Amino acid sequence: MIEAVGLTKRFGAKTAVDGLSFQVKPGHVTGFLGPNGSGKSTTMRMILGLDRPTAGQVTINGLPFRELPNAQRHVGALLDAKAVHGGRRARAHLLSIAQLSGIPEKRVDEVLGVVGLQDAARQRTKGFSLGMGQRLGIATALLGDPQVLLFDEPVNGLDPEGILWVRNLMRQLAAEGRTVFVSSHLMSEMALTADHLIVIGRGRLLSDMSTQDFITHNSAGFARVRVAGNGPDGRVILGTALTKAGGRVLQEPDGALRVTGLELPRISDLAHETGVRLWELSPHRASLEEAYMRMTQSSVEYTSTDDPRAELWEPEPLTVPDWEEEVQAPVVPAETAASFFAPPPPGSAARPFLMPGSPADLAPAAQNSPEEPR
Amino acid sequence: MTATADATPAASARQDGGYSSPLPTPRPHLGHALASEWTKLTSVRSTVWTLGSLVALVVGIGVFAVLQTGSADYKSIPFVAPALFGMMVGQLAVMVLGVLTVSSEYGTGLIRTTLTAAPDRLRVLTAKYLVFGAVAFGVTLGSVAFVGISAALLRNGPEAGYHGAGEWVGALGGCLYVTLLGVLALAVGALVRHSAGGIAIMLGLVTMPPVLGAILTGWPVSREIGLTVVRYNAPMGLIQLFGLPNSGMDGSPTPSDLAQLGLLVLVTALAVTASYVVVRRRDV
Repeated sequence: MIEAVGLTKRFGAKTAVDGLSFQVKPGHVTGFLGPNGSGKSTTMRMILGLDRPTAGQVTINGLPFRELPNAQRHVGALLDAKAVHGGRRARAHLLSIAQLSGIPEKRVDEVLGVVGLQDAARQRTKGFSLGMGQRLGIATALLGDPQVLLFDEPVNGLDPEGILWVRNLMRQLAAEGRTVFVSSHLMSEMALTADHLIVIGRGRLLSDMSTQDFITHNSAGFARVRVAGNGPDGRVILGTALTKAGGRVLQEPDGALRVTGLELPRISDLAHETGVRLWELSPHRASLEEAYMRMTQSSVEYTSTDDPRAELWEPEPLTVPDWEEEVQAPVVPAETAASFFAPPPPGSAARPFLMPGSPADLAPAAQNSPEEPR
Repeated sequence: MTATADATPAASARQDGGYSSPLPTPRPHLGHALASEWTKLTSVRSTVWTLGSLVALVVGIGVFAVLQTGSADYKSIPFVAPALFGMMVGQLAVMVLGVLTVSSEYGTGLIRTTLTAAPDRLRVLTAKYLVFGAVAFGVTLGSVAFVGISAALLRNGPEAGYHGAGEWVGALGGCLYVTLLGVLALAVGALVRHSAGGIAIMLGLVTMPPVLGAILTGWPVSREIGLTVVRYNAPMGLIQLFGLPNSGMDGSPTPSDLAQLGLLVLVTALAVTASYVVVRRRDV
């Protein structure tokens, strides 16, 4: 259990963390999200007693970190994969850290096995790839078999197999009743890993709720409708009917309709009434990333200066169909029009690579982009 | 969980309804940190290089000097004197290792891992001082003793005259002096957190005073200060402790061995205290 109360850190005139209060409960993977420079790492460093809070306090199991009787046995942390002496061999590095708290030497070999670095144990860490460094950092965090684990960007530099491994490891650690606190900028990754999300922007708490609630609260779902033959006639008929019924209809580049404001049964009824056959009628939920972008965008909007990030936002990849009275929006080039079955959702071009749940999903992913995370 | 000494994981697990670990949970003490520092010191190549060069310099130059001299040469100088030549350069290796012991942790970011595993920073720092000090003193003493004993065995002819225990005590003081310089370097490393910076400061501290003192004696105004600096500085202290005649510039009385050592002890103690205060307070 990690508990922060009014946590504040100022560096000179800059306030990195501003009155942050939250709880991280055991038994869950808690994701910690925020744009670059939002104070994630500073918060983690304050939790670990590396930085002294300007105001407020943060406790682990009721005690400030530096007053824990045996910190390493209670808290394990991965802050920076490169926080090792490059000239030291992996095993010696782990041994020196283990000895600090009287952790038995055989535990070192255990964690080396857990992270799959048995064969690299005798190598100097200078030659490690970023992924190997992350594994070594995770091994360091696991040394004390602690109840509370903090990971700062643990999947950075890992290959797909490694990302999957980290995800399962976090879930397993949480399932054992541990408190797992993970920061990441990979939103889609967090959607698959975290049960609970704490989102900060500019050092302030933006959101503290379960992942499912977060998506529900911050994004609207939509239905994708595809008429038989994908022809324009049926599309216009159905689109007009849907618009009249109070729905909002947008057309995707490949001809499918994106309907908001109407329940799926109602759309089906309307299609039946107008005599239009459907090839697809599927519910969709905006991804965690969309919800997150929407949320942090608002925190960015408070800036008075020009924010170049605005240029990163994708133009709406949807065209307004003919029956809408609005001005015709420009059609997005065909690069977003992927396949018949599952055209990518808005913003898909900006999505980071997403490891599917099982390796079997990887192969068809090329033709059929992965389903929404949740 | 309360602040009692041995809060077992099971106890905290009961409170949280969380995970409990089968590993033992001793209260970490200085011994653990000493073991950790020993592992750290012996598992990097910079230790081998710096201490290796120290031994090579002291023993190499020392034995060469012993072989080039005869028993008669030791009439006015102690048997350990040949070790001094190598030690004048070798002390730099000790200082470099002293700085690196702590600055390499800051430079690589390892210090964050270390202090996350052991938030009682003073325990970690104390272990660094003790382990480094013991190793530096041991290696220095071993090299000097080897040269001194070689000289005593090979050049103990009647021409060498009488050699008392005092010169061995002096050599012991000399080894302590070099070790203290290394400890001072470690303190400087902890204060500046930068390898090159720390080494530069230590080099300046050791090599500048003789030059600076000589310059200061050039002007009548600063002559007294200059003479004091010339008498009390690191190379002069080392020469004196190793029992070589101190060539005072004006024949003024040379300071005692204890005064030379005491001065360095004082400076080192100040730096070590400062390092404790700063490391405890500072954000890592």
